[in-house]
Amino acid sequence: MKISFLKLILISLVAFALIIFFLALNIEKRYSTEKIIGKSVDNFELEFLNNDKVFKKQDLANDEFHLINIWASWCLPCRKEHPILMTLKKENKLKIIGMNFKDKKLNANNFLRELGNPYDFSLSDKDGTQSILFGVYGIPESILIDKKHKIIRKFIGPLNVKDSEDILQLVNEK
Amino acid sequence: MLSNLGNILLFGSIFITLSIIYFAYQNIKEKNILIGKNLVYLSFFQITFIITSFLLLIFAFVFSDFSLLAVYQNSHTAKPIFYKIAGVWGNHEGSLLLWVNIMVIFSFSFFLFNYKLNKNYSLYTLLIQNILILGFLVFLISNSNPFFKILPIPLEGLGLNPILQDPALAIHPPLLYLGFVGSSIYFSAAMAAILSNSNGKNFASSIKVWVLISWSFQSLGIIVGSIWAYYELGWGGFWFWDPVENASLIPWFCMTALAHSVLVLEKRGYLYNWVLILSIITFISSVTGTFLVRSGILNSVHTFANDPARGMYILIFLSLMIFFSFVIFFKRKISDNFYLEPISKETFILSNNWFMMFYLATVFIGTIYPIFTQVLYDTKISVGPPFYNSVIAPIIIPFLIMMAIGPRISWIKQKYNDFKSLIFILILSCVINFLIFSFLKSYNLLSNLIIISSLFLILHSLKDFIINSKTKSYYNLPSFLSHTGFGILMLFIILNHNFSKEYDLNIKVGETKKIDNIEIKFKDLKIEKRENYNAIIGNFNILDLKKNYRKNLNPEIRIYDNPQTLTFESAIKTNLKQDLYLTMSNIDGSDFYNVKFQIKPFMLWIWFAALLTSSGALLRTFLKK
Repeated sequence: MKISFLKLILISLVAFALIIFFLALNIEKRYSTEKIIGKSVDNFELEFLNNDKVFKKQDLANDEFHLINIWASWCLPCRKEHPILMTLKKENKLKIIGMNFKDKKLNANNFLRELGNPYDFSLSDKDGTQSILFGVYGIPESILIDKKHKIIRKFIGPLNVKDSEDILQLVNEK
Repeated sequence: MLSNLGNILLFGSIFITLSIIYFAYQNIKEKNILIGKNLVYLSFFQITFIITSFLLLIFAFVFSDFSLLAVYQNSHTAKPIFYKIAGVWGNHEGSLLLWVNIMVIFSFSFFLFNYKLNKNYSLYTLLIQNILILGFLVFLISNSNPFFKILPIPLEGLGLNPILQDPALAIHPPLLYLGFVGSSIYFSAAMAAILSNSNGKNFASSIKVWVLISWSFQSLGIIVGSIWAYYELGWGGFWFWDPVENASLIPWFCMTALAHSVLVLEKRGYLYNWVLILSIITFISSVTGTFLVRSGILNSVHTFANDPARGMYILIFLSLMIFFSFVIFFKRKISDNFYLEPISKETFILSNNWFMMFYLATVFIGTIYPIFTQVLYDTKISVGPPFYNSVIAPIIIPFLIMMAIGPRISWIKQKYNDFKSLIFILILSCVINFLIFSFLKSYNLLSNLIIISSLFLILHSLKDFIINSKTKSYYNLPSFLSHTGFGILMLFIILNHNFSKEYDLNIKVGETKKIDNIEIKFKDLKIEKRENYNAIIGNFNILDLKKNYRKNLNPEIRIYDNPQTLTFESAIKTNLKQDLYLTMSNIDGSDFYNVKFQIKPFMLWIWFAALLTSSGALLRTFLKK
């Protein structure tokens, strides 16, 4: 009797794991990048890079576009796209939010000091959990949010000149 | 044409496999003591068919036959021939064909070696192994067919991902597969041993060699993968606790445990049930790993193009495999009765198994936990190196100590009275550790303890080896190599971990920058055209003001055309003491280059120790008696 109880536990554990695997097979698509476009931004809370204050979804300004740029000092392509962000910074209707991904504060600040700080808000996603809300696969990625806080574009990989033109065009429509 | 031929071969293989299953079953039912000749012939046909189909695929890649989808998607005419061949297993379809090939080769060789021993046992092994082969063949044909045609035939292929175009990575999959897939044979043998009521000792001696072979190749595959990650991924680490790396590590733990406990079964007839369980879960964990990698549940460097249907197939196959192996295992009504003396080789070997199961559980939970939280709570988390390091590192210490003492203990029972030398070695290890740290000036309690225990293992094994070689046989050489190798490995990993240095800077051509005692001079930059890419080569001069050495390093940025990709090649200067590791990357819109310079002590020793560890088992295979 005792042994069959053991068997029961074992079998149910294995069955449980298999069922989870089965569910996971179907769930993955929810995070695909296409589906996130057109949705409004989920609630999020992120600490600022240089102080303990928290930035929430409600802090997004109501009549401006936002570009969330996910970056890290250790990420080589992030350096590549940096000049583009610096030019985008000049656009007044667009606020750029830098989301520093799994990085060290010191390195991140050095990076910004060296190359310039394009961000209106510098936030930090130390453990990488918030970036997942935005369906981030790898960095850099950038997400363009319109005035109604809806995600309208997502850029995977470093931004290029074409992307920046697209962004400016979208921001300046109407 | 090629596609048709390939398909014919694959369907032929399915037909032969079915026949083997049928005749093996018939043959078991007959009272005849001999194994039917037809099974030998069929097995021979099977191996011929499947190897031919693989050669055909290689042929298609070498001659760039883009009428095959797999070739079109993963090859290109401008690619060097070596990488055309490596491209065969650089994709899902081709690698699965390789997988089936290895299964068939192992099945054939096992049958050849064992068919004279015990009729029912060999036949059941053949039967089960062929059911597994059938499963994978059907998978291959139904939704991963490497011989899938495309029309119209494209003129040019899409090319292979440049970071995969690397000698280490070309041999990494076949090595790893020999380990992963090789474990299928002792899964089948374990099932067969239960079904045919085999004697435990016979079972152990028939699978021992195969466990050792698969263990060695699994180890080699993991090592080669790490070496690749070290110089290709460009940030100087060699183990990332990436879920896919873990997927290869989990079966490795099982194999290590099995390679040890199979000795107890062979020598003493104990632990039969446990050895059966290990044989079964080794292959189950291999397939689970494959499921995690191929289904796209986990995202990593290794992920192939995702297709949920593939994941579903492997998952169903896995579930059936687990279900039937459980049913068969629980039907066995023999309970092991044994008594182990606390100080005996058996106990020490069993302790190895406890440690292995602990590591296995840790790595397994860390790997699948994110999947569970995602499904159950809809939150994604990532389990990273801090988790593994903090859970596993402390437990390495007793493991190393046990590993040092174990091989010296004799079977059955021993009075341990060697405390004098034990304490002497321990003190010696502490002294050496103290010297290392006072010389290099850094301190961390856990690191110290691991260093002491690995030194203890190394010194203890050396002492045993010297005493042994004076008296008699070299039969202990393999275990000496593996154990000492592992001690050296741990020692240098910890030293490397503690004493690595890293500098990150932006620098222009012609500039010189100085950090600490290091002076980095960016001398010049040149562009070269190579076979299938353009290279931007930096010329850096490193001057260490304190130790007064000067080294030139030439990192590269490679621009590939097909598909268009940039890769960053690190420049590495290796010597016995340390690696100098430098990567550079361009910063668009400026003359600056970002340079990451690292000093990584004892890298060469880490690779050497890892190879030493895996060489032990290979030696044991050939040193049979």
